[in-house]
Amino acid sequence: MSWLHIMIVMPFIFALLVPFLYKFFTPRIHTGWFVFIVPLVLFLSLLKYIPAIADGKTVHHSVPWMPSLGINYTTYMDGLGLIFGLLITGIGTLVVLYSIYYMSKHRESLHNFYVYLLLFMGAMLGVVFTDNVLVLYVFWEMTSISSFLLIAYWYQRKKSRYGAQKSMLITIFGGLAMLAGFIMLSMITETYSLREMFNQVDVITAHSLFLPAMLLILLGAFTKSAQFPFSIWLPDAMEAPTPISAYLHSATMVKAGIYLVARFTPIFGGNAEWFWTISSIGLITLLYGSINAVKQTDLKALLAYSTISQLGLIMCLLGLGSAALYFGYGDEATVYAAAILAAIFHLINHSTFKGSLFMVVGIIDHETGTRDIRKLGGLMGLMPISFTLTIIGSFAMAGLPPFNGFLSKEMFFTGVLNASQMNIFSMNTFGLLFPTIAWIASVFTFIYCMILLFKTFMGRYQPIKLEKAAHEAPLGMVISPIILASLVILIFFFPNVLSHYLLQPALIAILPIFAQSGGIDVKISAWHGWNTELFMTLGIVGLGTFMYIYLKKWSRVYGLFSQRWTLNAGYDFAIEKMERFSQGFTNRYMTGFIRDYVVYIFAVLIVMIGGSLWLFDGIAMDISNDAPISLYEGGVVVGMIIAAITVLLAKSRLTAIIAVGVLGYLVSMLFVIFRAPDLALTQLVVETVTVALFLLCFYHLPEFRKETVRMRFKLTNLIISIGVGVIVTIIALSANSTRLFEPISSYFENSYDLAGAKNIVNAILVDFRGIDTMLEIFVLCIASLGVYTLIKLRLAGRD
Amino acid sequence: METLMSFLVGILFMIGTYLILAKGLLRIILGTSIISHAVHLLILTMGGLKTGGPPLLGLKNTSYTDALPQALILTAIVINFAVTALFLVLSYRAYKLVGTDDMGQMRGNADE
Repeated sequence: MSWLHIMIVMPFIFALLVPFLYKFFTPRIHTGWFVFIVPLVLFLSLLKYIPAIADGKTVHHSVPWMPSLGINYTTYMDGLGLIFGLLITGIGTLVVLYSIYYMSKHRESLHNFYVYLLLFMGAMLGVVFTDNVLVLYVFWEMTSISSFLLIAYWYQRKKSRYGAQKSMLITIFGGLAMLAGFIMLSMITETYSLREMFNQVDVITAHSLFLPAMLLILLGAFTKSAQFPFSIWLPDAMEAPTPISAYLHSATMVKAGIYLVARFTPIFGGNAEWFWTISSIGLITLLYGSINAVKQTDLKALLAYSTISQLGLIMCLLGLGSAALYFGYGDEATVYAAAILAAIFHLINHSTFKGSLFMVVGIIDHETGTRDIRKLGGLMGLMPISFTLTIIGSFAMAGLPPFNGFLSKEMFFTGVLNASQMNIFSMNTFGLLFPTIAWIASVFTFIYCMILLFKTFMGRYQPIKLEKAAHEAPLGMVISPIILASLVILIFFFPNVLSHYLLQPALIAILPIFAQSGGIDVKISAWHGWNTELFMTLGIVGLGTFMYIYLKKWSRVYGLFSQRWTLNAGYDFAIEKMERFSQGFTNRYMTGFIRDYVVYIFAVLIVMIGGSLWLFDGIAMDISNDAPISLYEGGVVVGMIIAAITVLLAKSRLTAIIAVGVLGYLVSMLFVIFRAPDLALTQLVVETVTVALFLLCFYHLPEFRKETVRMRFKLTNLIISIGVGVIVTIIALSANSTRLFEPISSYFENSYDLAGAKNIVNAILVDFRGIDTMLEIFVLCIASLGVYTLIKLRLAGRD
Repeated sequence: METLMSFLVGILFMIGTYLILAKGLLRIILGTSIISHAVHLLILTMGGLKTGGPPLLGLKNTSYTDALPQALILTAIVINFAVTALFLVLSYRAYKLVGTDDMGQMRGNADE
């Protein structure tokens, strides 16, 4: 166990303690204060690693888990993992602090809340610090499960349960696909270790499973990161408490997919399939999210769509940047590597401003009782701190100076502009689409940022529509968003500190070709002259302002698209149809009639045995070894057939019972003919008793009813029974004709010497194979007990 | 003889199956009874018929009929008897409780 292992395990262990702390200290101390220590300690200890990682070192430790299967719990930390670790623990600290003031210690079941939260934190740390793909998968699913639990935290609400179920279905679907991809990769490379896979890139690229493995892993990443068309779960996940939305659904969990794509870029990057899938899906998601965000009236839904859109942006950049691996180390690679750098940079920026925006929305919700834009307005004077925080957050999101979003947005434009000039992967055909779509999406981003800011804080204050009189939040609640907002500004003014210590090591982790040169030296600066990117930003501000002013006029366009054609409606439709179909299918064959099931069983018997006899040429007929037939024996056989047919055709039950008795006596006659005296005796006695039993029940059982059934029904029965009869006859004949070896019964002829018995059959029953007889006695005992119980049993209120 | 017995077993199986597919409970029991007879005869036939005297050493025959199938059948007869007895009482009990012997009506419960 290394310190890294302990860091991952710590939240889990602490989660065990939370219920006790809750029980002993509520309501004196808010449970959150105890939980607060965990992410804080983790964050501070992660800070310690920064200098070493910045020097290009990596940390890895291994603990055997299932060594016989080659599955070891190996932790691994490089620049990429470190950034995610810092985000998880850092924002985790702030979210816990915020939740202490947000979640009431009197009304909420805080122990559940913090146990789930800690589970999530540990799982997420496990995802980013794991080297073994199967262990990574385990932690990945744990994030899905803890997210499910957190979304349904207010499980009394129907919408919470719906959102939780939806996110669970979609992310687990992707997770399972990802597992399949991991297994394929480990089949190709014969290792579960990521670092060892990085050394076998050539083998993987040449293998036929390359494409399936890539697509399956991407499915996992896309579902988790809410990429198009799997983005539908994220807006519904907004039913979670706001600290959770801020933490899971904006800053950390949805970036697990981003992490996965970045982590696997060294393996899959530099290929046209990877490049196109990621960059185009990212671009579509960017546009889809930003357009949909504008029409939302719920603040959290707006932020959810904006998260989708920004995740698409990061994903797109990762796709574009992966082209660097195509070129190998050189000037061209450096140009595209800048896109990767922009992706990581924006990842950090997004976590800061989106986290703070969610917290501010939570404050508004907490202090006014609503998140509906139509009810809010004029809060600027009443909530000045929240107003300032929203300005910072939304301007950063819109990509305006002097906030960090501006820098990453400019870098994004640089990335798409470079990509449009690329002449690999047939980019020359579609290249211009990238900057165009990116620019349009940015205009919409600008519009919804302005909606978020102005519709909430400007305009008329409408106290009648609000549940409570609006006022500023308590100090404790605004600490976390203030810290995040200060980071937004700090990063703008000192981006190169971040770049040197965090972005460069992460870049080397994603693009190992830069490992020797120690990364690329990109100076992030706020001002770089009058270039195309700046003009694009100016255009965004111009058009965005114009469109925001005339929002009422053109937003009616959204009404043109019917609600029936949304992705959500499609999802609901598909779920409903699948349930209906499987229910209908099950009802169709699970009829509840014994007869039908017996028909299935017999049909399978006929088809399987008949088919295999046919296929393997098992049918044989050889009558040369047959014993001769005397007239007397023939007569008995004919009598048996007549008796059986009588049972079949009997109109009254008495006839049928007597015919069965006749059949039984004729069987014992056959036993006499075939030299089986013991059998004949037993059969006679048993048949007599059985018939007596039948006659006893006869008095109580109803008269034979006429089998009034349709002809078709009888025809099926006839076909099935003839089939069974024919199959049994064929088996009997074939088995009789092909005797493979001599019977072992000559051994039993020594029964006098071995067992002192002259009756061989009895010697077998009690001596050679005595256990059979013992168990047969048990059967008789149990049956008689059963009969006794059934007769004596009197159920209350029945008879 | 073995060939004849094979056909007999087949016919008994056919009639038994047809009875099992019927709706009345008594017919189903009769069907299982016929099938069990068929199975016993099948086992006996497969051991070879009339290959010697009865398996009693006191008779001083030169060869004996295979004794092993006879022991197996003896066990099967007793087990079959136990099951049939239980089945009969069960059907009596079910008829008392449900008021019908029609398998088409003995179906599911109110909770389904």
